[in-house]
Amino acid sequence: MRQHLIRRLLASMITLLGISVMVFGAIRLVPGDQITAQLGTEAGMLSDEQRASLERYYGLDRPPVEQYFTWATNALQGNFGFSIRQGREVLPLILERFPVTLELAILSVLIALLIGIPVGIIAALRRNTWIDFFGRVFSMLGLSVPNFLLGTLIIYILSVYFGILPNSGNYVDFFEDPNTNLQQLIFPAITMGFSFAASIMRMTRSAMLEVLNESYVRTARSKGLPERTVILRHALRNALIPVVTLIGIEFGYLLGGAFITEQIFALPGIGRLAINAITQREYALVQGIAMFIVFNFIVINFIVDMIYGLLDPRVTYDT
Amino acid sequence: MIHKPKQIESDSRQSPPFFIIRLLRDPSSAIGFLLVLAFTCSSLLGLIEVTPYPVLEQHPIDRLKAPSSEYWFGTDQFGRDIFSRVMKGGANSLQVAVTSVFISSFLGTVIGILAGYTGGLLDTVLMRLMDILFAFPSLLLALLIVTIIGAGLSSTVLAITVVYTPIFARVARGPVLGLKNAEFVTAARCLGAQNWRIILHHIFPNMRTVLIVQFTLALSWALITEAGLSFLGLGTQPPNPSWGLMLSENRGLAEIAPWLILFPGLAIMLTVLGFNLLGDGLRDVLDPYLKAE
Repeated sequence: MRQHLIRRLLASMITLLGISVMVFGAIRLVPGDQITAQLGTEAGMLSDEQRASLERYYGLDRPPVEQYFTWATNALQGNFGFSIRQGREVLPLILERFPVTLELAILSVLIALLIGIPVGIIAALRRNTWIDFFGRVFSMLGLSVPNFLLGTLIIYILSVYFGILPNSGNYVDFFEDPNTNLQQLIFPAITMGFSFAASIMRMTRSAMLEVLNESYVRTARSKGLPERTVILRHALRNALIPVVTLIGIEFGYLLGGAFITEQIFALPGIGRLAINAITQREYALVQGIAMFIVFNFIVINFIVDMIYGLLDPRVTYDT
Repeated sequence: MIHKPKQIESDSRQSPPFFIIRLLRDPSSAIGFLLVLAFTCSSLLGLIEVTPYPVLEQHPIDRLKAPSSEYWFGTDQFGRDIFSRVMKGGANSLQVAVTSVFISSFLGTVIGILAGYTGGLLDTVLMRLMDILFAFPSLLLALLIVTIIGAGLSSTVLAITVVYTPIFARVARGPVLGLKNAEFVTAARCLGAQNWRIILHHIFPNMRTVLIVQFTLALSWALITEAGLSFLGLGTQPPNPSWGLMLSENRGLAEIAPWLILFPGLAIMLTVLGFNLLGDGLRDVLDPYLKAE
């Protein structure tokens, strides 16, 4: 186990290193020089001396390898650079927006679990009945309706039929006013949780069907245990192991993939910050956000991998 | 001539008409097939501009007209025919999705086979590279690429290609690891077959089914990614239509003209649904070992 932990940790660090090189290199591939790209037409007003001074300030006059090491060393110390348009350092900007994305991801997972697991269990237990059919239609629809479509439809229905606009006012923090905060986040969470619920439902159904055929479930039934105990204690506990992995991976995606939902519902999360940074060509901010999202994703995957081993005693790492 | 075990051949080498009949016998696969067929036909007509009205033609008198016999899906704020724009939008999406999935499936399969068959250092290096790309949430990676090379059709193709190549590499590498030690491969090697011949004639035919299923499912993801990028204004650029762009452009007008979002929305949903149903059906027919319960 310890060996596996070290191996996984090393692999995660190599991945992170590779990603940092990629993110750093990618931004350097942007056509034209960075000063012009960031300042736009205003760059034309710079004198040669001012341009050279800016290049010196941002370290652009040094070789790319040296630039990378300076950037990586600073990034390791939490310094991802400076956002020119926002006039602030990148990391505090990201950390300020992160709670919104985190809360949205947690709510989406909760909604997905509340819908996906019960529907998946019932569909498996009532296989080939109308309930199963309904569950399968739901899962197929969930996987076929992109979140930008669902979000647009939700806003349309709310505004036309109920006369309300989600998050029409300024965003309110959870600790300031939990009620208003949840009202603002519930529809974006449904938008993101819907397709995730469909994946969980599919996974739960197929895992339950597999487990229900196992000999230990037959043994539990033949011992005369109540059906409820057989399903909840013996079948579900084992069927949920792959679902936990799915939840972990999807949670990582939700933390880094709320670009469209945050944009549709005007939520000040990391996704919206990223879109703004991209359209305004704020490269330091784009780099910082990309590294932050990928770091979260790798950490969550690592944790999921470890939890998987703890949940399933059959998984052995020391091979 | 090397004889391969029948068990492996039986499912992956069904004659096309036979597996199509089996596929269409399943109602959900048949629905998927019909949806994909309808989408492909209308998109091809859109591609060659055989549409009821020219896609960019404006009819100022007929602005925001509801669906009628004249304009089947209504018109937008410039009086452009929504039906024609949905057809052309589908053509743009289809072009992007098919091109990117073709390239990514080719690159991914080559990388996966090379890594799996060769093993050792090359395997580690190639798959670590793929892991690095895989660790990026797909939309973030696509957004980064679009940032670098600018918005447009070709950058959307590149973005989707980069996102899906690692998936195909992983999908291809798995079966190769098992197949390279199969008896018929060993037999071919003993008979002096060269590596490229073993890969092309013995390994690849046995992994085709997995790749076909993956290809179909990847098309639906590619359509969603293209529509998502266009929705954010980073994919197809106006005045060219794209389903995602049509949704995003017309959101503000949905209250007074719901058909502006209804038809592009339905087009995305039904097409993705079609590819998903077809992908599931193909998996069941072509590879019973992978059959989803």
